[in-house]
Amino acid sequence: MTRLARWETLLAALLVALFAIGIATSDVFLRGSNFSLIASSTMEKAVMALPMTLIIIGGEIDLSVASTAGLASAVVGKSWEAGWPLWLCLVTALVVGAACGLLNGLLVTRLGLPSLVVTLGTLALYRGLASVLLADSAISNFPAGFTRFGFGKIGGTGIPWTLLVFLPLFVIFAVLLHATWIGRQLYATGTNPEAARFSAVRVANLKLGLFVISGVLAALAGIMYTARVSSSRADNAIGFELDVIAAVLLGGVSIFGGRGTLFGVLLSLAAIATLRNILALNSSNAELQSIAVGSLLILSVLGPNLVRRLRGAQPGRLAGSRSARMAEAGD
Amino acid sequence: MRVAFVFGWQMSRKIEGTMSSPVISGATAHPSPASSPAPAAEVIGVAKSFGAVQALRAVDLTLYPGETHALLGENGAGKSTLVKILAGIHLPDEGEIRISGQAVTLRSPLEARAHGIAVIHQHPTLFPDLDVAENIFMGRQPRGRFGQIDWSAMRAEVDRLLAPLGVGFDSSTPVQGLAIADQQLVEIAKALSLDARILIMDEPTASLSAREVERLFAIVRRLRDHGVAILFVSHRLEEVFALADRITIFRDGARVITAPASDLTLEATIQHMVGRQLQTLFPKEPAEIGDVVLRVEQLTRAGVFHDVSFELRRGEILGLFGLIGAGRTEVARVLFGVDRADSGTIHLDGKQVSLTSPAVALQLGIGYVPEDRHRQGLLLPFPIASNVTLPILPRLSRLGIVNRPKERDLAAEFARRLQVKAAGVEQAVAALSGGNQQKVVLAKWLAANPRVLILDEPTRGIDIGTKAEVHHLISRLAVQGLAILLISSELPEILGMADRVLVMHEGRITGIFDRDEADQERIMYAATGQARIPA
Ligand SMILES: Nc1ncnc2c1ncn2[C@@H]1O[C@H](COP(=O)(O)OP(=O)(O)OP(=O)(O)O)[C@@H](O)[C@H]1O
Ligand SMILES: [Mg+2]
Repeated sequence: MTRLARWETLLAALLVALFAIGIATSDVFLRGSNFSLIASSTMEKAVMALPMTLIIIGGEIDLSVASTAGLASAVVGKSWEAGWPLWLCLVTALVVGAACGLLNGLLVTRLGLPSLVVTLGTLALYRGLASVLLADSAISNFPAGFTRFGFGKIGGTGIPWTLLVFLPLFVIFAVLLHATWIGRQLYATGTNPEAARFSAVRVANLKLGLFVISGVLAALAGIMYTARVSSSRADNAIGFELDVIAAVLLGGVSIFGGRGTLFGVLLSLAAIATLRNILALNSSNAELQSIAVGSLLILSVLGPNLVRRLRGAQPGRLAGSRSARMAEAGD
Repeated sequence: MRVAFVFGWQMSRKIEGTMSSPVISGATAHPSPASSPAPAAEVIGVAKSFGAVQALRAVDLTLYPGETHALLGENGAGKSTLVKILAGIHLPDEGEIRISGQAVTLRSPLEARAHGIAVIHQHPTLFPDLDVAENIFMGRQPRGRFGQIDWSAMRAEVDRLLAPLGVGFDSSTPVQGLAIADQQLVEIAKALSLDARILIMDEPTASLSAREVERLFAIVRRLRDHGVAILFVSHRLEEVFALADRITIFRDGARVITAPASDLTLEATIQHMVGRQLQTLFPKEPAEIGDVVLRVEQLTRAGVFHDVSFELRRGEILGLFGLIGAGRTEVARVLFGVDRADSGTIHLDGKQVSLTSPAVALQLGIGYVPEDRHRQGLLLPFPIASNVTLPILPRLSRLGIVNRPKERDLAAEFARRLQVKAAGVEQAVAALSGGNQQKVVLAKWLAANPRVLILDEPTRGIDIGTKAEVHHLISRLAVQGLAILLISSELPEILGMADRVLVMHEGRITGIFDRDEADQERIMYAATGQARIPA
């Protein structure tokens, strides 16, 4: 835990440094309008990152979130086009998201397949379904109230509506992960699933539940995206899963499960959004942005390892049998 | 490394002379250390601390070729720490290691191996995804003419190594499904395959039953007679006196004594270990045996065990004895909902139950202390408190929120009852000694307050003083009305604790004995599958 605490300190420092750079390189950086731009363009990924954090801590992964969001977006558009009331369109999209998550969860927990493989498959499947629904068409005649939710601000404050969706969700997930027994069981499962099961943790149910939640929130993110760009298209939110996973890992969550905090993920979401914003303000192109974010990700995976190695062989050695095993493997 | 080369030859001679002058034990017939005076390994003034914990304080130890040297001490005395230093896993903070008179720095297990040291650790460290032969020859597979791995030579060699151990698996068995005892045997075969001059074994027999122990000892004696220096750690003192030429005892990280085994009595040994007089045998309290709580009928899991039937009553301790592979743990796994039976029924309080998962089993009041503490019993990076409370966390929560003070108090209470030696309940379990880790597993299931408690080798790796405490505790739980299924490979434990003894052999029950008719001979006959006791 101390290692993670230190990682979060590092992230906070990074964020401060980015702010300093932002202020130094652009005079619009500090404006309220820029802040709402940063915030609203990050919210979809931030919402998806919440369940993703829990899933990765639990030792699994969900690569299908962006495709689920895309499918939800297509469902909203198609059902709206068919003349359904908006609320029914949205509820249907959320239900479809839940079904997507349920399928992932069932394949992982009932058939015992690795989630990496399962969700790689459904990443293609769900995107494919979205294309079947919409083909190349785009639906964009949404009511103004809906699109205002996507990019509008609350009153004159500059705070985007979608931030108001994310913040309560963040609090709920943070409490769930860090204060409840479910969160503890999740860390246990990610640390050693067999020992967790032998400690009366319902590992399969826990994972199934997480995948369903992930599906629902991915659908919610899809709705937010649809509203923000005022358009339902089959390729909406494409590729978002990589940014989401990058943010989670940069936040200090171990890809091997069992470690990480939501606070770290929040910091990393903010850092990535700020970095992208600075690059955009300085009129860098999209390629440069993704190179920068990619480098940050590599750093986040290497960072903790490097820190450990620099601190000497000692901590690794404390693991005793584990390090013996490593040493055996190395020869 | 901070090792100062202040200890010249003279110096170390002198130390050796003072610390273990009665090197020669007249009683032993094998080559005594005196006939091979150059030590194989010397530990001189070695100290090691982990943060605030001083695990070793300037300990000395000399190992001669052709001797079997036992290292004893209570849980947490520093035995495994010394073993790990000799294995190249830990570097000592102070002091020096010499191999054949040469000062060495053992920075890695590889370097230790290069110096002729083979180590069997307290907890098996095998790769679960590889098979037995691949594990044994990891990284040094025999090569063919073109540098390719010579699989047939490798398998033949492994089968040759395994033969004298009398194991129930072969070179191509995946390690994944092996019981902990079998994993231990693989570790032993691996160490033997190294042709080491120094063989170090940290509780090699903890999970073995009598027959495997005898086989292992036969091999060890043969190695000793070939001049190998052997250091072994054990809490089973009968074995120690059967095998050891010399004994070294640690207490709180310091060496108390090194003496020939023939100069020490059992009582003296124990007193050196714990530093006080101790009642080692706990007499079981008579408990009132009540109604049947658990009834198992014709339980069968194909290819694993067959037609297992028995009853377990309130207040009863039912011993379950058998050799490795008899199917005892497999039965326990079904009773705890880990595996499913193919046929047969389980009744709790007269009602048939379907145990679909450990969570369901716990809800019905069944607890299980598993035999493999590292894989199944513990979350090593977690603090003691979280380990103890994990099964009952929902009970310690309001509206899902864990009540941390309550959790800590409960964990502290059980850690105290079981005398877990630790800095506090926030300490990570990984940093505890093996015996103390076992106590944490016990604490966890006692805290869950079950009605039926299945104990699978509950005192494995626990020192003799604490073992009596644990026996006392088990006995008291029975008096309080708990129904206990006690799986153990230690006959004295079974004979001492059980009201009735169930014996299994190759997946079938081959004997049920009441306390007064249970004796070593009858049980061993049943355990080896022999039909009847000769009159
Ligand atoms: N990696 C570690 N980090 C912190 N403390 C440790 C670590 N390893 C061992 N210790 C501490 O050092 C002391 C000695 O532990 P060690 O494992 O050597 O005991 P042991 O004699 O082998 O006991 P046992 O009979 O229970 O196996 C214990 O107090 C233990 O908690
Ligand atoms: Mg030990």
